Amino acid sequence: MSELKGIYALWYRETKVFLRERSRIISSVVNPLLWLLIIGGGLGSAVSFSGINYQTFIYPGILIQTALFSSVFFGVYIVWDKKIDFMKEVLVAPMRRTSIFVGKILGGSTDTLIQVLILFVIGFLFMIAGIMPDLNLTAFSVLVSLAFLLVTTVGLVSIGLILGSQMESPEGFQLIISFLVFPLFFLSGALFPITNLPDWLAPFIFVNPVTYAVDGIRGVLLGISRFDLLFDFTMVCLFAMIMIFIGTYAFKKMKI
Amino acid sequence: MNIIETKNLTKKFEKMTAVDNLNLQIKEGEIFGLLGPNGAGKTTTLLMLVTLNPPTSGTATINGFDIVQQPDKVRKSIGIVFQDPSSDEILTGYENLKLHGWLYDMADELREERIKEVLHLVDLTDRKDDRVKKYSGGMRRRLELARGLMHHPKVLFLDEPTLGLDPQSREHIWKYIEKLAKEKNITIIITTHYMDEADKLCDRLAIIDKGKIVVLGSSEQLKKDIGGDIIRLKAQTLNLDALKKLPYVKEISPCDGEVCLTLENANIHLQEIVKVVGKIDSVEIRSPTLDDVFLHYTGRVIRADTPEGSWAEKAMQASTKK
Repeated sequence: MSELKGIYALWYRETKVFLRERSRIISSVVNPLLWLLIIGGGLGSAVSFSGINYQTFIYPGILIQTALFSSVFFGVYIVWDKKIDFMKEVLVAPMRRTSIFVGKILGGSTDTLIQVLILFVIGFLFMIAGIMPDLNLTAFSVLVSLAFLLVTTVGLVSIGLILGSQMESPEGFQLIISFLVFPLFFLSGALFPITNLPDWLAPFIFVNPVTYAVDGIRGVLLGISRFDLLFDFTMVCLFAMIMIFIGTYAFKKMKI
Repeated sequence: MNIIETKNLTKKFEKMTAVDNLNLQIKEGEIFGLLGPNGAGKTTTLLMLVTLNPPTSGTATINGFDIVQQPDKVRKSIGIVFQDPSSDEILTGYENLKLHGWLYDMADELREERIKEVLHLVDLTDRKDDRVKKYSGGMRRRLELARGLMHHPKVLFLDEPTLGLDPQSREHIWKYIEKLAKEKNITIIITTHYMDEADKLCDRLAIIDKGKIVVLGSSEQLKKDIGGDIIRLKAQTLNLDALKKLPYVKEISPCDGEVCLTLENANIHLQEIVKVVGKIDSVEIRSPTLDDVFLHYTGRVIRADTPEGSWAEKAMQASTKK
């Protein structure tokens, strides 16, 4: 009981803070919109895959991009919590470290899912306005996509939390963008099909867990995918489980 | 019964020893002070006791639980108010307290009752629904205190509890700390570098310097131990030999470029001292303070002016968060 209350407390804090910081919500929606409208719109005038307009093609990729950026960064906010002593207040409370980790994951996933839901609304508007006519947003496809996004987000938030628990200063942010977030994004097939890849590139794409999230969501939303839906989902779940495992360990070892 | 016992508690950082084989026994219900200059090892000791920082060697028990072996049980027995701000500034004061109540698994009714009580105590009732971002440094400090007091732990640690507060707020908080210790039988451990705070508040105190206990006892006892009153003399040249011959002068020591004499019944002997010592510019008689105690044992004074990384500075850093 006590652990659940503590987990709830951490979730409450993260969600409340997120909803209060409107700038964070706005920027989290503006960035994917720019990708969708400018990259998608610009390239879309000339490029299409499997008969699907490029703008529509990258929509699943942009959903994942939003999840990726917001999840990993959520974890890194721990560094701020450490800078002020908020982290000490939490760590000294009679709660298990595992519960703190779970509370943080729930908080971060909620933030991310709120952003993703806004993108679904935008996608729906684009679909009925005829901008992205091939998009197949039904109750079923949205639910399956959300399942993918939720599991992937849990894994990604864990990565962020692992990094955040080990990092001492916010300056490391930049490194994480360059060496982690961008590679994970570009190597996920979010922006191109992963069917006829050059030999040197293919391994990088296939070890990237984000690839399977993109493939799965693209499969249900657009009907194009390289792998079986169940296989994609299994890979994503595996990724999340491994990250939760490492994350729990990292939190137990975290020092102030 | 000793609620806290440390056994050779030691913390080493790369090259320096911050806490050096500390052995302390703290009794249940007392207000115990750790007094010392900045960098003496007070906060490091505290962080080890509250299980945030493992000791390099040695250990301690709190409420019967070992801080290394049973940190979970220790955490259930304690509360702490940190030196640096640790509330979320995007949340309101009330929300921060509510969060604390949840983290400490307090029943809903009790939580709300205590929130009301502590908010009133620190005079923040009117501002409880403002975001902490809008609080001044002193208000934040008061909120942190309110939070630490909320769950009535068996042992409450206060790291520099009144750092950066105005005199009125300090008095206020001292009164509440005393009341808590008496009425709820909460043991309170305070670190401070304010002599007056330690003097006024603590039943017993340990003066620590460079990670070691210099001396330990009640404030009165410590002051008495260094032997009566203090006469402070200022002069160009002093006849120190003549002073040394006076039987009742217990100690002659340099203090801040002047000379301090320790003796009992200074007012009776003053005339003779002034006579033998030669021409003097000024003379001052006073009762000893804890600063004199510290000076007596270490040969230095505690500077109470510049705490490392001041409160205001930390608060400013924190406000750039997110």
